[in-house]
Amino acid sequence: MNTFLRNLSPSHQVGLLFVLVFGVLTLISVAVFVMSLRDTHEDDLHTQKLKEFSGLLRTSWLMSTVFWIGWTLGETVATVLFGLVAFFALREFITLSPTRQGDHRSLVLAFFVVLPVQFALVITRRFDLITVFIPVYVFLAIPVVSALADDPQRFLERNAKLQWGIMVCVYGISHVPALLLLKFPNYDGKNAFLVFFLVFVVQSCMIVEHLVGRKLQRPPSAPNVSKSFNWTSWLIAVLSASLLGGLLAGLTPFKPAQAVAMAFIACVSGSLGHLVMKALKRDRGIPNWGKRGVGVTGASGLLDRVDALCFGAPIFFHSVRWYFGL
Amino acid sequence: MNDKLSPVLAKLMGLFLLGLIRTLTGAQARWQGCPPKAEQRIYFANHQSHADLVLMWAALPEELRSITRPIAAKDYWTTTPFKKWITTAVFNAIYVDRAKTGDQDPLEPLIEALTNGDSIILFPEGTRGNHEEPQKFKAGLYNLALKFPGVVLVPAWINNVQRVMPKGEVVPVPILCSVTFGAPIALGAGEDRGEFLARARQAVMDLRET
Repeated sequence: MNTFLRNLSPSHQVGLLFVLVFGVLTLISVAVFVMSLRDTHEDDLHTQKLKEFSGLLRTSWLMSTVFWIGWTLGETVATVLFGLVAFFALREFITLSPTRQGDHRSLVLAFFVVLPVQFALVITRRFDLITVFIPVYVFLAIPVVSALADDPQRFLERNAKLQWGIMVCVYGISHVPALLLLKFPNYDGKNAFLVFFLVFVVQSCMIVEHLVGRKLQRPPSAPNVSKSFNWTSWLIAVLSASLLGGLLAGLTPFKPAQAVAMAFIACVSGSLGHLVMKALKRDRGIPNWGKRGVGVTGASGLLDRVDALCFGAPIFFHSVRWYFGL
Repeated sequence: MNDKLSPVLAKLMGLFLLGLIRTLTGAQARWQGCPPKAEQRIYFANHQSHADLVLMWAALPEELRSITRPIAAKDYWTTTPFKKWITTAVFNAIYVDRAKTGDQDPLEPLIEALTNGDSIILFPEGTRGNHEEPQKFKAGLYNLALKFPGVVLVPAWINNVQRVMPKGEVVPVPILCSVTFGAPIALGAGEDRGEFLARARQAVMDLRET
């Protein structure tokens, strides 16, 4: 089996991965459909849960399809798709952070200059600039534009919010497609696996944390920020997702121990980033990103689904580049 | 413009604008007090930006869009041939003269549209407000309600549009907007004009926090 897989060409291997993912999704969807047929009670708990789960399933279908389109049409299209994700995530972030009229020009700059330029840098593989463009250059440009708008009221607060939005939504998400462009020795055409590896371990970590947290019922470590976050279930989730990453080492350019370490880094930063975004939501007094609980994707906002990646991706990207000297 | 070509162009422009508005604002309609229904209605809403008209138009479902005519301020929407074309061919708007000229009734075009059986979108403040709360409503809504007792009056709250394009700016910024439609109100028998207008304004403001 293993030798058979190794003898396939890289694009066949990635193709096989998608067949697997779509196959599993189809099986689950059919199962959910059959269960929904059997269920006759209208608003009991079971139906409610099934509904929630189908929402999650729809997102998974959408995400997998986006990944698949991105992979078949090449790295540039994939990067543009991630650019769209960043656009919609930033839109949600800005919607829920009050801005004043004086911020208008800065917002135009953020959406229509910073975002396209950052993704253009990714497409053109300007690794030297990708990492510093936003934290160094944009960091100055945005407050300059704001200052010229001549409105000093809560200046620091307004600018900090905008900087944060750009950093999380644009900088963070742009590092996911940047993984596609890293050149590992003997790893040509297989970089899609690296993106899959990152997304898979981070999302598994989030799911395990959720499930373990339900089972253990430990007191929350930061109850004002998150009712569900506690160190025990967090540690269990991070460790098991890291081990899962180790099992996937064959897909990546890493050796098993390296894969465990890289998955560990991605999971720690992703899950803690999710916690940070929860604190931001509490500050704004909202349960979910997205318009008053009803977001672009239905049950909750797009940002709720990708926030762990926003923090995990840049750290993962830099660890990989630094360690392997790429 | 070529007569055969222009309906096609208007249709394409409509599709393009819808796509643009949805990408920028989401243009979400929240039917809270009543379902979207093809009965004759007067939608009345708060007014903070010229884009209000466009957002209301985009938030309505396709079937209602064709039978609902928004009110457009003549002094703004007819200044260039392009604006004029968009308001007539795409939005199918009714022009209202805000600067009163002589003894002509400014409600005349609205009465005509309502007599024809169309629904209309009205901004009873008359002009764009710059404040958190809408300004006092003008008498037009009352006069129309008196004249057309069969038409359903639906309050609506437009949220966030002023952030997309504040007064004096040209480039819109992507921010999620929504239009909340509330429960219809009706003019009570013998209700005072001021009382009714205050009640209508309150009905619009009540939708803000829901």
